[in-house]
Order: sequence, then structure tokens, then C-alpha cells
Amino acid sequence: MDTTFVLLSIAKIAVVWGGVLTGAAILVLAERRISAWIQNRLGPNRVGPFGLLQSAADVVKLLFKEDIVPTAANRFVHDFAPMISITVALTTFAVIPFGDTIEAFGQNVKLIVADVNIGMLYILALTGIGVYGITLAGWSSNNKYSLLGGLRSSAQLISYELSMGLSIIGVIMISGTLRLDEVVMHQTAPLAHSMQKLPSWLQWLIPVAGWLPSWNVFFQPIGFITFVVASFAETNRLPFDLPEAEPELVGGYHTEYTGMKFGLFFLSEYANMITSSALITTLFLGGWHLPFAESWGLSPFALSLVKIGTFFVKVTILVVFYIIVRWTLPRFRYDQLMRLGWKVMLPLSIANILATGLLLLWWS
Amino acid sequence: MGTNGNIIRKKDLGFWQSIYVPEILKGLRLTITQMFKPKFTYEFPEVRFKPPEVFRGRPVLVEENGVERCVACGLCSRVCPALAIEVQAGETELAKERYPIKFEINMVRCIFCGFCEEVCPEEAIIMSNEYLLAFNNQVEAVFGKEKLLKSAAEMRPRLEWLKVNR
Ligand code: SF4
Ligand code: SF4
Repeated sequence: MDTTFVLLSIAKIAVVWGGVLTGAAILVLAERRISAWIQNRLGPNRVGPFGLLQSAADVVKLLFKEDIVPTAANRFVHDFAPMISITVALTTFAVIPFGDTIEAFGQNVKLIVADVNIGMLYILALTGIGVYGITLAGWSSNNKYSLLGGLRSSAQLISYELSMGLSIIGVIMISGTLRLDEVVMHQTAPLAHSMQKLPSWLQWLIPVAGWLPSWNVFFQPIGFITFVVASFAETNRLPFDLPEAEPELVGGYHTEYTGMKFGLFFLSEYANMITSSALITTLFLGGWHLPFAESWGLSPFALSLVKIGTFFVKVTILVVFYIIVRWTLPRFRYDQLMRLGWKVMLPLSIANILATGLLLLWWS
Repeated sequence: MGTNGNIIRKKDLGFWQSIYVPEILKGLRLTITQMFKPKFTYEFPEVRFKPPEVFRGRPVLVEENGVERCVACGLCSRVCPALAIEVQAGETELAKERYPIKFEINMVRCIFCGFCEEVCPEEAIIMSNEYLLAFNNQVEAVFGKEKLLKSAAEMRPRLEWLKVNR
């Protein structure tokens, strides 16, 4: 382990954390403004230009608020739960490649913090830990609404983690690796390559769709939909925000949290949104890949920057999609949530695996 | 029972509805088009809402020829559900014979119900269109005659409106 590696890693971590945290802060504002626009209002626009400093003002406010711990609460766990949430939210991004390699300090740097070969397992494991933050918060508050929120969250996560994992399997089968950067590499070829193997009565599709990039969303439409739905559930966003359903559970698991401890839950929700958007981008939408970018004749360094920009744009679009969905759909009832999870999503993703397997067998 | 017998409740969703996705897209189309519609918000300190006559702002006393119309009958104080009005009567040489020595409305208590306006036999207390009422302390919130009196000319729109609508 040489010093350049350590320094580069620290630099990358700084970039990713800075990006995710600033992104989360801007998202809080974006959420409020977009929801306002949807409701024909203006939203917060007073603090700084376009209200951009609103989140900074909010954070300062949260920091100065009194930290109230209920008398009957389990103090240690009550303090510990938000730490789990924020740790998970900030570490998941480590395995997601946010760009191709870039020339810096005389060597090729891979734009991924932890280049491990089990990237996908790592993410699944971490989202599994993330639920502890919420459940423990609910349990330790010693409040019935918090407890209900925590329990709902664990039930919801178990149900949807399953279909999430299963819908990833389709991608793994196609790309044959758990490394997220290789998954992205695998999606960079034009679709025409893989279409050569189509039977002759489908060959007419090549000129029609062959120019498309071979992003996994075209091979795995069902997997894509189930994965997106499951990640909505994983991030506790509407229509699946049952753990914090305001009309039923006051504030759900964070009812008894104040000040910056509440702020940490809030922050981790938005950081999770960014991370899962990045994951959807990486797995299904070609990651940093921009079709035809290679043919523009840019210098390698500029090309790398374009790729980072592409990744950024894709993630932004998905995040905005998340926000708009929140202000469009009503919340599921608990039984509807379970029915959707176990009776629709699970069979669908298993069928998807079967279909993928059969097609792969037939193609090879 | 009875009245809602002919209401048809469609419980069973069609195929396209039960797979959710098309319906979700429909909903998204609606919200996204709403995003670009004109906004209703007033940018408050700069742009202010101009209330129509029907608006019930803070109650004021009408002043005509330099004298308030009020005859200190005390009906408004009696009807006020929030016990916000205090009237103290005194005698005067004028034709109306009685006038309020002291007339106070506690604007922290007032709920803008308009009952005082409705009950007043002299049309002496009416609701204005002023709504900027913020105070730093309780004492400041008690409005005496000097703050309550408004000339009839100034209150013309509301008085006209009351003639037609009451
Ligand atoms: S304002 Fe009207 S109701 Fe009230 S005391 Fe005067 S005359 Fe009577
Ligand atoms: S508006 Fe209602 S509450 Fe206010 S002073 Fe008149 S009667 Fe009392």
C-alpha cells in the first residue's frame, strides 16, 4: 500500500462525501421547491439566490435546537440509531463507479472509492444494516408510534429486499460479475453487437434499434421496474413511506428525535435517495456511459469529465423522478404494501430470472 | 341506507389499472404539467393581497364629522364571543346623547367573527380590510379609540357593501 494510493483514496472519499452531502442538502431544497411547483406555489426562495442557502439555514437551526431524549428511552440506543443510519447512507456510495478512469498525477485513476469484487453484495448488505438504524430508533424511543414505525420498516425492508436482490440477479446473469465497474463496461457496447444472435425473423430489428446502447434496461425491463419499485421501498419514499406515515404515526420512527439527531435521519434519507439513484443508473442505465461520446474526438481527460457529467445528469434525473413520484402517488395501505411485495414483485422477479436464464441458454 | 342506493362503487380494477404502471404514468403527467402552470403565491412583503369588501379584517369604529357614530349601547361588547371589547359609556350634548368614553378591542382575543358589526344598531363598528396585525407584547395589542377610529369616507367600500348585503 503506497502513499499515492492512500492519498488518492482520501481524495476520492472527499469528492464522494462532499458530493453526496451537498447533493442531499440541495435535494432537501429541491424537494420543497418541486413540491411547491406541483401545488402551484413558489416554495422557499428567500434565503440566498433562489433560496439556495435554505438548507444551510436549516442545518444551523437544527444544530442549535435542544436535544431532547425521552425519560423512558434507552439512551445509548437512542443516540446510536441515527449514527447507524448516516453511516450506512454515506458508505454505500463507496462501490459505485461515478466515472471511467481519469488521468491524474501521472497515472490512471479508477473513479470508484472501493474497487471491490463483491460490489453488489456489499450494497445489499449495507441496505440490510440500514434498517437497523430505523428499527432501533423506533424501539429505543419507547413510544408506540415510533415502535410501530420501526416494525413496519423492518417488515417492509424484508419484503422488498428480496425482490431487490432477485431483480439484481438478472443483471448479474447478463454481465457475469458482481463488480459494478465491470457491469458498466458491459453496457457500453452498442446494442447491435448482441442483436447479431437474434433469429432471422427478428433481424429487421437491428437497423431499427441497433444504434441504442446496450444498457441493461433494454434486456431487463421487468427487472428494471421491480428494482426501481424496490428501491423506493428501501429508501422509505412515498408511496412506501409507511415507517414515517405522518397521518397515522405522527412522525413514525423519528417522532422522538429532535435537533441534529433528527437532522441525521433526514440527511440519510436524502443521501439514500442519491445512492439508490446512482445504483439504478449503474445497474440499468449504463452508469457513466454516454452513447457516441467516444466519436466526438475529445481528449482523454475531457472525455473522462464528460463521463462524470453524464453520470451526474442521469442521477439527477432519477432523483427528480423520485421527488415527483412522491408528490403524485398516495401512500399504500399496509396490507396493500405486503400484497404488492409478496404476491406481485416476488413472483415477477423470479419469473424474470427464469426468463433471463432460458434466453441466455438459448443464445449461447 | 336509502339515498346512496344508486351510487355505483367500482371495486374491481381493470387489467391496466391493476398493473399500476400506466396509471402511475398518468398521474405523473398530471403533476408534471402542474409544475409549469402559473403560481398563486403572493411574494408577500413586496406584493400584498388587496382584500375585497367582503373580507373581514380588524374591526374599526366609524367616525363621521369628527365624532364616532357609536352610542355606547354595549351590544357589541355583549355579543363578542371572545370577550374582546370593552365599552364605557358617557353622556354628551350631541343629539345621540351617549358616547363611549373608553372603547377598547383586545386584538389578541378578537377572532374576526364580525358579530360586533352585525349587532351594532348604528353601523358604528365595522370590519375593515386590514390584516397586518402583529404585536410584540400584550399591551400593544389592546387598540384604543385612537387606533380604532376611521373616517366614514375611508370606510366607504365596506359601508356600501353592508348596505347591499345586510
Ligand atoms: S359600537 Fe355599536 S354596538 Fe358597540 S357600543 Fe357602539 S353603538 Fe353599541
Ligand atoms: S369581530 Fe368578533 S371577536 Fe372581534 S371584536 Fe367583533 S365580535 Fe369580538
